[in-house]
Amino acid sequence: MMTIALNIAILCYGVAMLMNIWVVARAEGVGDRVLALDTMVINAIALMILYGIVYATPVYFEVSMLFAMVGFISTVAYCRYMLRGNIIE
Amino acid sequence: MTLIGEILISVLLLAAGFFGLVGSFGLIKLDQPMTRLHAPTKATTLGVGSVLIASMLYFLFFTDGITFHELMITLFLFLTAPVVAHFIAKAHLHRNWKPEELPQPEGDSTWGVYATDESETPDTPVKPQE
Repeated sequence: MMTIALNIAILCYGVAMLMNIWVVARAEGVGDRVLALDTMVINAIALMILYGIVYATPVYFEVSMLFAMVGFISTVAYCRYMLRGNIIE
Repeated sequence: MTLIGEILISVLLLAAGFFGLVGSFGLIKLDQPMTRLHAPTKATTLGVGSVLIASMLYFLFFTDGITFHELMITLFLFLTAPVVAHFIAKAHLHRNWKPEELPQPEGDSTWGVYATDESETPDTPVKPQE
């Protein structure tokens, strides 16, 4: 039962990432692209944790923690660049 | 006991998949940029929260140790998601809207996005270092 639920969740997040790639490719403005990239990072974190459940190993928590930090910092840097034209003043 | 754990984890995983799909579908479906902010930042954070709780329950029920890393990731995501949404909304205001199109805030204050910081333009130019 849990294996089926795991597969369904992995399928859902895979489809969600495909939708995000579609938005990144076909969005109207830069803001939408940054938003889609941020969503993609969050979906990737969920996929990594699901992968950790499948293989029953806690190694992927560090990976997902680092990925969350890098995703946050890169999104803030993108927005800062859109707002001010440079990142570190 | 194991059956209860399996049922709990399965329900959480299904809810997480549903919310992840809804969040990413809302990014395509909603038509205005400001409403588009709602879908991913709320639904996806809820979905990742469910995945993390499911992972915690899995390591509690099926292995011999309990881990608290997931709570750290949940806390980090819950703290950063509003900041990111606010930043993207600010960038959207900055790029696509003029100050005249927005409602005027009360008093003498203006919108923070369009405010000019006086401290960055000093009257006397900074002397170059010798």
